Amino acid sequence: MTNMNRRSFLKGTAATSMVGIAIGAGVLKPTDVLAAWPQAGFEAKSVDGALNALHQSSSTTASSDINIKAPDIAENGAVVPITVSTPMAAEAITVIVEKNPQPLAANFVMGGGATGYISTRVKMGKTSKLIAVVKAGGKLHSAEKEVKVTIGGCGG
Amino acid sequence: MAEKTIRIRAEMSGEITDVKALINHPMETGLRKDSKTNELVPAHFIQEVTCEHNGKNVLTAEWGVAVSKNPYLSFQFKGGKKGDKIKISWVDNKGDKDSEEGQVQ
Repeated sequence: MTNMNRRSFLKGTAATSMVGIAIGAGVLKPTDVLAAWPQAGFEAKSVDGALNALHQSSSTTASSDINIKAPDIAENGAVVPITVSTPMAAEAITVIVEKNPQPLAANFVMGGGATGYISTRVKMGKTSKLIAVVKAGGKLHSAEKEVKVTIGGCGG
Repeated sequence: MAEKTIRIRAEMSGEITDVKALINHPMETGLRKDSKTNELVPAHFIQEVTCEHNGKNVLTAEWGVAVSKNPYLSFQFKGGKKGDKIKISWVDNKGDKDSEEGQVQ
């Protein structure tokens, strides 16, 4: 670990610098701290269930500050590109496909310096809404976009 | 693992570092049937991807089966510069993992 990193660790709040010291001392590896894959969220069969499991709340506020870039019509539901961007100081960005058997597709947790931007590709079983939930300032903000799927991406 | 599963490209664009990564992985949902045996193919998918900038975590992605085969991931962060190290690691539901380092161009 370089001195610069150590300094930025120490600049953090009391809580985060405790973790920083633990990491710095080699007690905890970063992967150990973060290895908490939210199984309940991914197994949830509803959008609310997924959000409750993931963010302990399913109440979201519609926001015009979230931009979802995805095709209007996806020829192949197995590969639907989606880009979510927001000027908000995002702590996490959650991507949900409303009508998939398990709606939660991916959750992105922002670390130091990460901006509110992620881009990936998801599978969509059928025509559905794509929902992007941005956690910022302890609140959940959401935006959605309907994507028509002509060939499904789940099963065969 | 013998072959590289991760390809990283990181570029500066103004103050922002733009990172793009492609991972080779089947991302089986557990719902697909094998066309020959007619049996379900067991789920096999990446659960967690961690991205580090000079050893500091910038993004953790938690994925379910709905992320497409051979996943693509792109994100941006502030505070990077040319030559900085970007490390991306993944681990899947069978405990397989890989990691790869790249440099900001």
